[in-house]
Amino acid sequence: MNIPSNLKYSKTDEWFDPATGAMGLTDYAQGQLSDIVFVEILVEAGDQLEAGMPVASVESVKAAAESYAIVGGTVAAVNEGLSDSPETLNSDPYGASWIIKIEGGDASGLMDAGAYIKYCEERDH
Amino acid sequence: MSDQDRKRTPEMPAPKVVEPTIFDLSAPGRTGVTFPPPDVPTAPLPEALLRADLPLPELAEVDVVRHYMRLSKFNYSIDGGFYPLGSCTMKYNPKINEDMARLPGFAHAHPLQPFETVQGSLALMYQLQEWLKEIAGFAAVTLQPAAGAHGELTGVLIMRAYHGSRGDTKRVKMLIPDSAHGTNPASSGVVGLEILQIPSDERGNVDLPALKAACDDTVVGLMLTNPNTLGLFDENVEEVIKIVHDCGGLVYGDGANLNALLGIVRPGDLGIDVMHFNLHKTFATPHGGGGPGSGPVGVAEHLVDFLPTPLIGVVEEGEGEMPPLFGYFTPAKTIGRLKAFHGHFGMLVRAYTYIAMHGPDGLRAIAENAVLNANYLQTLLRDTYHVPYERICMHEFVAEGRIEGSDVRALDIAKRLMDYDFHPPTNYFPLIVHEALMIEPTETENKGTLDAFAEALIQIAAEARDQPELLHEAPHTTPFGRMDEVKAARELVLCCWLPEDYKEKG
Repeated sequence: MNIPSNLKYSKTDEWFDPATGAMGLTDYAQGQLSDIVFVEILVEAGDQLEAGMPVASVESVKAAAESYAIVGGTVAAVNEGLSDSPETLNSDPYGASWIIKIEGGDASGLMDAGAYIKYCEERDH
Repeated sequence: MSDQDRKRTPEMPAPKVVEPTIFDLSAPGRTGVTFPPPDVPTAPLPEALLRADLPLPELAEVDVVRHYMRLSKFNYSIDGGFYPLGSCTMKYNPKINEDMARLPGFAHAHPLQPFETVQGSLALMYQLQEWLKEIAGFAAVTLQPAAGAHGELTGVLIMRAYHGSRGDTKRVKMLIPDSAHGTNPASSGVVGLEILQIPSDERGNVDLPALKAACDDTVVGLMLTNPNTLGLFDENVEEVIKIVHDCGGLVYGDGANLNALLGIVRPGDLGIDVMHFNLHKTFATPHGGGGPGSGPVGVAEHLVDFLPTPLIGVVEEGEGEMPPLFGYFTPAKTIGRLKAFHGHFGMLVRAYTYIAMHGPDGLRAIAENAVLNANYLQTLLRDTYHVPYERICMHEFVAEGRIEGSDVRALDIAKRLMDYDFHPPTNYFPLIVHEALMIEPTETENKGTLDAFAEALIQIAAEARDQPELLHEAPHTTPFGRMDEVKAARELVLCCWLPEDYKEKG
């Protein structure tokens, strides 16, 4: 499982890059969901977000799930191409498949990579 | 997926003949029936009604029959084998149900006939309403909803109408445990309610502190699946219901798992306010491709006035040899009509027959044997497949489809079971169990079948360790191998041919 150390993580399996403001689904999340077949981003650039608000709806061959704003702030950008290539959420969870970028987010309450790895391991047993 | 696309391994048999479509089998000029030359004047069809873009297949009768006969052999059915699809209650459907539904008086009745001329059908519907009331402990029952989720929609509309009639309009939230059926949040969402998920505790019950924290004066109610999708009866069910009632909410019972309770527990007696029945599960009417469902809804006294219209009732009491006269009634504050005419009447005949054939003791025996069969299977399998909740189960149980030391997943195990000629269990549901395999044997299976199924699953666990590829590429013995589920989920247009003016929506 790939958990980059420069990112921050939520209990609902989103990642956040404090350097760019990008957020997406973690490798653990995509593995649990298996093949992702649909994604719909529910917010637009300029929207005000509170942490925990649904920002995207994701559907795999197994399950449907929502992705939540990992931090509060303003939506700075939306990954417009993602809905045409939902499979990148599986193949490149930390790269091409970022969901939105958030401006003004406070990452201080999020888990670092070490804490998130532990959190994932706990849930696997 | 064409045959050539599939990766093959040496141990896989050569591909079987794939059945062409009926269009591919067509040859110009072939006909099923040849009409004699007309002995009346002919006239051409109006130009506007003719179309050139409709390539109807041309075949002889024998070609059509053989085509569909071959296709039917690709199918797997409850008449063909064991079908332990959890949550679906795929019990054997006795054939006497079919005989009764085909009686000409039922089969040929028209819903617009004057009610005096369909008294037999109304008597059957009335009696079925009465039986379902008695079986589940409710004050009234509507037979109208088309199937389970439609019953849920009916129930949620009734709950909303009840609060609205009291001027209690701030209730907008539906509480749904994470062990509920997936249709519950969908049904509430369709009605426009906000969904709040309630977690399960470590014994698989509704988490009471979380429920208490969620209950306030904005709650419409709770949708409770009991036994839940883990196959567990909520040990605190009365307290769960009380907590919801104390905040002014109502409790919806998802009756899809009623098979475990027949003759033992009446949901109405527990305090559940409204519940749907799945006639196509509990009462053995065909489903899973075999016929429409049917989802009657029962309600407690305080919700009777909100039921859909019409209900079947007695217009005039019988006297001596004269039977009662049955007719239609509209509840005082009805939510309206939910389905054309009277719901799926043919299914009502089958369910009536099933209940009449079993009687009270027989219904109880159904539940007892369904629970016994599930626990027997659970006991045979739990040393091989981890069952996350260490409890006696009800009519079904959920095991984890993963094997220590192997990378196979629930989907691989499910597909491999097809090679052993079993229908796979429900997989990846409920979501709260890793790699869930949800197994519901039902009461209609004998010990030999259960033993053979357990043996197959134990054998598959050994294969998972020694020959994981065999599982990754399963099934091998079916007409088609592993389907491309991503393609199936993404490419929703299945037509081999589209009308010329069809435009794909962007």
